[in-house]
Amino acid sequence: MSFLQRLFGGSRSPAASGEVARDRLKLVLEYDRAKLTPAQLDQIRDDIIEAISRHVTLGNGQVEVKLEAGGRLVAEIPLGRAASDKQ
Amino acid sequence: MNGTAGGRIITITSGKGGVGKTTASANIGVALARRGLRVAVVDGDIGLRNLDVVMGLENRVVYNILHVVRGAVDAERALIRDKRVAGLSLLAADQHSDKDDVSPEEMIEVCEALRNHVDYVIIDSPAGIEQGFRNAVAPADEVVLVTTPEVSAVRDADRVIGLVEAAGKPSPRLVLNRIKPELVARGDMMTTEDVLDILRVSILGVVPEDGSIVAATNRGEPVALVDGSRAGQAFHNIAARIAGEDVPLLPITVEDTGLLGRISSLFRAGPAADGGRS
Ligand SMILES: Nc1ncnc2c1ncn2[C@@H]1O[C@H](COP(=O)(O)OP(=O)(O)O)[C@@H](O)[C@H]1O
Ligand SMILES: [Mg+2]
Repeated sequence: MSFLQRLFGGSRSPAASGEVARDRLKLVLEYDRAKLTPAQLDQIRDDIIEAISRHVTLGNGQVEVKLEAGGRLVAEIPLGRAASDKQ
Repeated sequence: MNGTAGGRIITITSGKGGVGKTTASANIGVALARRGLRVAVVDGDIGLRNLDVVMGLENRVVYNILHVVRGAVDAERALIRDKRVAGLSLLAADQHSDKDDVSPEEMIEVCEALRNHVDYVIIDSPAGIEQGFRNAVAPADEVVLVTTPEVSAVRDADRVIGLVEAAGKPSPRLVLNRIKPELVARGDMMTTEDVLDILRVSILGVVPEDGSIVAATNRGEPVALVDGSRAGQAFHNIAARIAGEDVPLLPITVEDTGLLGRISSLFRAGPAADGGRS
């Protein structure tokens, strides 16, 4: 954004729409390239919760499953205290 | 770099329709021929022919690709020579048939026959990723991918890159079409760098939005034939790069966007544009 454009009111919103387009496109392509949809990701999260719960107690925090740049699926699973320690 | 003797076969494709494949095919053909090269432009949009109209050759079509496929005439004899540009010719599509009437093998056969007579065979691909696309890509030594800097078009382009590579072809080079400098300057259009960063392909050229394309297309006169047209210049640069020359990308400058654009362009160079990897 040049000084003159600022001066004449050429700039408006903080995020110009070109940047918004770029960020939306990056996200949608992560899913396209992984052949996944956000809904499938939710399903995967539920499946992970189920699978992990069979072995350990889950903690209170949210289980998060994210698709990261470069096609990496990353899960964050808060664990509770081990069952044996509980009693 | 093609393994076979003869000219190089280049397919112009896209994911989304209407992004400028036919315009690019006609103008790259004109621009290569203007460099003294022999070019056959092939309308691969069988059943929806329009390259003949864009090139202004519609009244001279006698034979089309289907005649060649059916063996009625040799590929070379079916070519319509463009009288305005020495060395330029067109193989028209059939307006009444369906794209399924031609197979990838037949398309390869036709283009292999043509490459013995020319330096470049340029195939204008239909939109989509169906049979017509597969037909157009099958004969290619190289694929050129056209997109506009819009979310939907770039998304579809990404899909096509995967399909081109899956077909065993080299990664396509990109033509970014209909760049609007004034929108880029105020941040309301993705930049060349954004699109290249996202698609991870190399750039063949950047073509600005140019109103003279409409007039040129109305007249059946590709802009590469019109002196002083910015889009025409961009296509000449693309042809030079295809021919192996190292030409810098055109700067994307704000020209006719009224007082503000003109004043601000006095104060700084245009934003980065027709530049980058090649
Ligand atoms: N750089 C440009 N500036 C202005 N108009 C353009 C440009 N490129 C293409 N067009 C117009 O966009 C429309 C679609 O182009 P076309 O080449 O037929 O796309 P496709 O073959 O991909 O469907 C046409 O009306 C064409 O004149
Ligand atoms: Mg077309």
